[in-house]
Amino acid sequence: MDFDLSKAQKLLQQSSRDFFVRECKPERVRELMATETAYDESLWRAIADQGWTGLIIPEEYGGLGLGLVDLVAVVEEMGRACLPGPFLSTLWAAALIERAGSEGQRKQYLEPISAGDLKATVALLEEEADWNPAAVTMRAEKDGKTFKLRGRKEYVTDAAVADVIICVARDNDGLVFLPVEKGARGVKITPMSGLDQTRKLYSVDFDDVAIQEADALAFTTKPQDAFEAATDIANVAICAEMVGLMQWTLDATVDYAKTRQQFGRSIGIYQAVQHQCADMYLMTESARSAAYYAAWTVSENDPAAKLAVSVAKSYCSDGAREVGNRGVQVHGGIGFTWEHNIHLYYKRAKSSEIMFGDANYHREKVASKVIDEAD
Amino acid sequence: MDLKLTAEEMRFRDELRAWLQANVPPPWTGTTHEEGKGPYFEFLRKWQKKVFEGGWTGLSWPKEFGGRGARLIEQSIFQEEWARAEAPPLINVLGMSLIGPTIIAVGTEDQKKRYLSKILSGEEIWCQGFSEPNAGSDVAGLSTKAMIDGDHFIVNGQKIWTSLAHAADYCLLLVRTDPTAPKHKGITALLVDMHSPGVTVRPLKQMTADSSFNEVFFDNVRVPMSNILGEINRGWGTAIATLMNERAHLGSGIYIQFKKNFDTLISRSRETRRGGRAVSQDPVLRQKLAQSHIELEIFRLTTMRALSKMQHQSIPGPEGSILKLQWSELNQRLAQTSMETLGAQSQLWSTDEGRWVYNFLRSRGNTIEAGTSEIQRNIIAERVLGLPKSY
Ligand SMILES: Cc1cc2nc3c(=O)[nH]c(=O)nc-3n(C[C@H](O)[C@H](O)[C@H](O)COP(=O)(O)OP(=O)(O)OC[C@H]3O[C@@H](n4cnc5c(N)ncnc54)[C@H](O)[C@@H]3O)c2cc1C
Repeated sequence: MDFDLSKAQKLLQQSSRDFFVRECKPERVRELMATETAYDESLWRAIADQGWTGLIIPEEYGGLGLGLVDLVAVVEEMGRACLPGPFLSTLWAAALIERAGSEGQRKQYLEPISAGDLKATVALLEEEADWNPAAVTMRAEKDGKTFKLRGRKEYVTDAAVADVIICVARDNDGLVFLPVEKGARGVKITPMSGLDQTRKLYSVDFDDVAIQEADALAFTTKPQDAFEAATDIANVAICAEMVGLMQWTLDATVDYAKTRQQFGRSIGIYQAVQHQCADMYLMTESARSAAYYAAWTVSENDPAAKLAVSVAKSYCSDGAREVGNRGVQVHGGIGFTWEHNIHLYYKRAKSSEIMFGDANYHREKVASKVIDEAD
Repeated sequence: MDLKLTAEEMRFRDELRAWLQANVPPPWTGTTHEEGKGPYFEFLRKWQKKVFEGGWTGLSWPKEFGGRGARLIEQSIFQEEWARAEAPPLINVLGMSLIGPTIIAVGTEDQKKRYLSKILSGEEIWCQGFSEPNAGSDVAGLSTKAMIDGDHFIVNGQKIWTSLAHAADYCLLLVRTDPTAPKHKGITALLVDMHSPGVTVRPLKQMTADSSFNEVFFDNVRVPMSNILGEINRGWGTAIATLMNERAHLGSGIYIQFKKNFDTLISRSRETRRGGRAVSQDPVLRQKLAQSHIELEIFRLTTMRALSKMQHQSIPGPEGSILKLQWSELNQRLAQTSMETLGAQSQLWSTDEGRWVYNFLRSRGNTIEAGTSEIQRNIIAERVLGLPKSY
């Protein structure tokens, strides 16, 4: 039993840290967030060249076939760099395709995803923005051998750059996952302007969009389980990203506390400031423990996995926001400006908190497991 | 990173599980909160002897001194199995988690032979004599004096808040041996027989209404020079080693205790009705109970991470420094949630042998004992994050 990263994992962590420091500087993040899609083809290519677009995709589909702990080591560094772009969206979609798709569909999508040639996202939320897939109401009406999709999905991340949107809808038998290709007839994508400009949100209107029945990801007889398993992976990744956001904020804040002088000394000598930093450290390390444990249990199909994921997402959601709150405070006036980078991390933390269910949502999941299922 | 048990760890777990199955006594039904005295303490003392004889105390201590010679990480497995089996807690916690490891680190061979196995068996109970009326957080400001007289020290002074002194056979005592040196440089750590003439223990009544800590007076107490732990006037180093152990090791037994309280609370939340439904169905309390589970779980995981780090580097990693903060503050929140869950009856000493009132009150001490939360945050800020020293 060893909770420490292996040598290979530490190497992977270091090389991804170096990579993002080099390729995704804050100036680049700012340029990208000012664009409509926050997508940078050359950056995406460079990530794909590292093999990371297929990091956890099995080797038979061109991926690296690594585990979730390896993924966490890399994604934490993406968080630290506040990396914009469709990495998480594509990861979520790929995880769903891997679990719900047929062999042919896995080949069709996962190979180009691994190669960096295909970007994808998942359209789940509707008007109520309920993360529980059981709440999906959008109908997929069967019309001969085609499904007809009609309705609106909201908060779809990276929809404008996705080559395929996996739409979660409902037919008479339950959930169906329908891949909608870029440019399909009847699809209208509209930006939803949110506080975090590094992860773009869209509403997607489907106006009788036709999808061949054969194209539906229907390899599984338990679509809800497949969806939840894929979302567990996405949750692990977003927790890792939040750990990275927290680590950046902590480091920046401690550096600032060491250099900023007031009353003739660096402000880091004052305990009111020190204790903010100590709490930020506690929350960051706690979040890290939870995120790595969730990654491990999910990758091992451990019976504790679902609970571990909700523990992690709940803790990281509160923790990332709170670390941001403290970080902004310690920076004083400069921390409240557009010019300082801390707000990029603060906003990314807030949008990450909401994505896949906030702390309250996951606490209720914890409660149902720990209270209702206790014997 | 691999949390699967190795073959060796699996053997350890299976052996422990089998032993617990065969040996865990029926649950104790009386009060459990008298520390270091009364029938529950005697019950625990018997249990400890059995655990010692079974070879399950001092997991990572050398075999020759009564330990098991296992690796540190086995502590994590131990903790989980112990909680699962609902085995009674171990006593002599100060001896086992702080004083013993310090003796192993800096003690002489004779001291190791003399003291260690009796710590594990519970035959000799230990207390920690650091705090004084005028030296709490600033332990190095202590003034209990020890003068050399031939091959003995003569100790005079007063300690305070000394947990378990009323039950203790020995004390790890910090004394000033060089009053002219700067405050950190004139301190010596002594192993003191609490039955020596001149030692007086006076109980202090706590807000919980019982007395688990004491005042201890030393009036010309003779302590052999051979009872120095470490070197003369270098006691501050010994004290730091002890405090590091305190922070890193105290967590394991504490987790077992908290987990048990939490599990009991969950079943009570299902039995207790309010507003026409089980309290466990109240959405606000569900959030709070879940939060307690989350915090306990994160404490367990961070402990596991710290043990893994220590396994590789033999010193507690930075994770170690947050453990004390984590457990003390999470327990205060857990205690408050327990009171809210049980409602009006929570305040009664007659409810569940008073365990909820007791835990609620006792948890206030958690952020004071073993270094206050403020001191822990100072340490993290200065030693881990490298911020300038504030004093
Ligand atoms: C239940 C319990 C059991 C105990 N058992 C033992 C024992 O077995 N052996 C033993 O030796 N001691 C024991 N203690 C004593 C404990 O270690 C001290 O109480 C503790 O170190 C604080 O010292 P103090 O009480 O003198 O408070 P003080 O040091 O006077 O502190 C008072 C307040 O000031 C704050 N403060 C002090 N200095 C600073 C600073 N530099 N920066 C910021 N804030 C500061 C503290 O955090 C605290 O909030 C026990 C205490 C309790 C409550």
